[in-house]
Amino acid sequence: MEMPQPNAEILSKKAKVSAALRAVLPYDAVIDDPSETRAYECDALTAYRCPPMIAVLPATTQEVSDVLKICHHEGVPVVPRGSGTSLAGGALPTADCVILGVAKMNKVLETDYDNRLIRVQSGRTNLSVSGAVEEEDFFYAPDPSSQLACAIAGNIAMNSGGAHCLKYGVTTNNLMGVTLVMMDGEIVEIGGGYLDASGLDILGVICGSEGQLGVVTEATLRILPKPEGARPVMIAFDSNEVAGACVADIIKAGVLPVAIEFMDRPIIEICENFAKAGYPDCEALLIVEVEGSEAEIQDQLDRISGIAKKHNPVELRQSQSAAESAAIWLGRKSAFGAVGQVADYMCLDGTIPVSALPEVLRRIKELSDQYGLRVGNVFHAGDGNMHPLIMFNANKEGDLELCEAMGADVLRLCVEVGGCLTGEHGVGIEKRDLMETQYSAEDLEIQMAVKDVFDPGWLLNPSKVFPLSVSQSRRAS
Amino acid sequence: MSDMLCPEDEAALADTLREAAGPLQIMGGGTRPIGRIAPAQALSTRRMQGITLYEPGAMTLVAKTGTSIEEIEAVLAAEKQRLAFEPMDHRAILGTSGQPTLGGVIAANVSGPRRIQVGAARDFALGVTFVDGTGQVLSNGGRVMKNVTGYDLVKLMSGSWGTLGVLTEVALKVLPVSETQTTLKVHVTTWADAVACMSAALGTPFDVSGAATVQAKDGGFDSLIRIEGFETSVQYRACELTQRLAKFGAVDAVVDPWAEVKDLAAWADLDTVWRISVRPTDSLNVIELMQNLQQDRGFHCQLDWGGGLIWLGLEAAQIADAQAGLALHQALQRRVAQLKGHATLMTSGILRDQDLCHFQPPERTIERVSQSLRKTFDPRGVLNPGRMS
Repeated sequence: MEMPQPNAEILSKKAKVSAALRAVLPYDAVIDDPSETRAYECDALTAYRCPPMIAVLPATTQEVSDVLKICHHEGVPVVPRGSGTSLAGGALPTADCVILGVAKMNKVLETDYDNRLIRVQSGRTNLSVSGAVEEEDFFYAPDPSSQLACAIAGNIAMNSGGAHCLKYGVTTNNLMGVTLVMMDGEIVEIGGGYLDASGLDILGVICGSEGQLGVVTEATLRILPKPEGARPVMIAFDSNEVAGACVADIIKAGVLPVAIEFMDRPIIEICENFAKAGYPDCEALLIVEVEGSEAEIQDQLDRISGIAKKHNPVELRQSQSAAESAAIWLGRKSAFGAVGQVADYMCLDGTIPVSALPEVLRRIKELSDQYGLRVGNVFHAGDGNMHPLIMFNANKEGDLELCEAMGADVLRLCVEVGGCLTGEHGVGIEKRDLMETQYSAEDLEIQMAVKDVFDPGWLLNPSKVFPLSVSQSRRAS
Repeated sequence: MSDMLCPEDEAALADTLREAAGPLQIMGGGTRPIGRIAPAQALSTRRMQGITLYEPGAMTLVAKTGTSIEEIEAVLAAEKQRLAFEPMDHRAILGTSGQPTLGGVIAANVSGPRRIQVGAARDFALGVTFVDGTGQVLSNGGRVMKNVTGYDLVKLMSGSWGTLGVLTEVALKVLPVSETQTTLKVHVTTWADAVACMSAALGTPFDVSGAATVQAKDGGFDSLIRIEGFETSVQYRACELTQRLAKFGAVDAVVDPWAEVKDLAAWADLDTVWRISVRPTDSLNVIELMQNLQQDRGFHCQLDWGGGLIWLGLEAAQIADAQAGLALHQALQRRVAQLKGHATLMTSGILRDQDLCHFQPPERTIERVSQSLRKTFDPRGVLNPGRMS
């Protein structure tokens, strides 16, 4: 993965920029010692690292504005960072950038149960948003698997999803408003406690813009009353095709589970070895979770089981207790960690039409054989969001490149069958150079023209999302 | 003005836009003449019709934008699915005829009562193809449920009222029809109790899919609470809600009232109608303002979305003259601005010739960004110029 050459002129201004930043921030909120900036050298896409020129940790919207004004004036690129859990390299620095971390901004500003919303500073972690409203039996629905660590700022930047999005939607469907600081330091409120934009839906384009249009410092989020209960059923099949057909039948029958998770044989085996969840010996495993009162749960699980039995499952296990639910989820939830125990891996994120599931799984297997790299599939089947995990050996010369080449082929396949490159992780640097497989030159041009409106100098997270060759003239200007 | 332009396909539309010599009034079925409509050559998408893909198992439907909502709903109903965001039909309150189209629903981001539970039209739009003001055919999003590839221009196009481009095709997420629904009517005596009742219902785990309040004949108010799903589950939740809402007033199950709530057919004869979106509990401040301003003249009011959506209506006899109507409109938009919401004048006979902001005037920076976006998508300013003002 290529990154642009750092700008020597900017690097030569480091002392001046640091001093200017120290004039508006507390001394320890400006990090410019190379031994300390290394802490910000990468996000969760750890294969790529580059310490920033400077990192800053502002504590208020005004401080963010002050920082951006300085960077704008000096022409210094800014890479916004939530908790640094991006799998796509969304928060990867360049050597000549200022990393703007929102980690200190983690306060709850307002909880309003009558209107079912919460206002938080954007550095607050996803799970702690739910934590703040738990005592009133409310929760914040989007649940990326990194939710313990990931920040709302990053969730908004990437429009993050999660396992339970089938029912509750992703970040954009649960985001009501933001405070945005534009690159020139201007502070603007977009949306708020009301539903739907009054004019153009600018909030809709901010969400998922990967920190390229402005820095979100505060967010108004929709909160929901917690369901009375939830329980899963685990259904094992002897082929991926049959499991895929079962998913389609469940959806067609009008049952809308909160989650339908799919695991294939390699993942089932690795997870079973790791977590001892008691998974059966099978080709494909579905975990289908439903919510409601005890009787409602039982009714829905019976409907789902009825549909599944028509597909002759190898095994079908309805959870009868919290302990059994935990056991069923244990393997799935430890999937990434379990794979990490046996190999280095790259986690892909393409989405496909659910109908294309069997074909895509078959062709991923073919690519796996062709490249000689193991692949496990674990994903949100209800909405077609795949997470193929390609396993490789980072210490073996050329293996990372091989893995990336295979990953690119898998993502091209997702686009070919009518899907997209990324369902919830974002483009970042990881999928940047594949954007032309999904979008025409004109489609990319209009997106870049939108960035021009917000950030004409292309200083915010400039080398992400768009292929470098395509954004070259803008970044150089 | 010459005859309406009705291009047959995307290519013809692109040619038309490329060659446009002056402003165009973009429409689908022409059932929603909301906002400032400048004299311009009319252009409709109504001949670009057809469902191009429907996969019930993937909950996805793709159609040309001139396709009527009626046709789409019929095709979905055959597979026991629906447009869950329940788009409002504006024909009654706006006195229009013609067929509401998919393009119109997305361009105006039209939702109904279920918006409070499942989201708005914009939340169900998965992908769009459109022609911008220079005649370029552009696409964004796709046909899959989760897609964060590049900027989300699908949201930007939704609710842009044809000012950024003319939509030609839209991919939608669809959902299963519920097996059954029940609506509880809670008879309350004040607007404050109505809002509290709706908040209480929406604060339960019983998955309320509609929370509206209408004026009752006895001077009180009926809060309507809808629950949908499988029969046994609906029964259970109706029972639980009845117990919890009894403190607000008498609770009865009523015949499905939601078509009336959604389309406001009973308001067809009103002269002036506003649509206001605020934080639900702030609806009381708006109602209080109307009570103060209208005093004995009275006004019509319906709350939806738990109070977050306020419909205000006036009969011709409830407005003294155009000056008084204008003052009322401006007072409403001022108050709503303080409450950080937005008020739109949907229709008015008496204010027809007044120079006013139909849409809530945006804050300065938002206005600058919006103008700049419009210039990017439509540099010559030919697409519905001034419509959203």
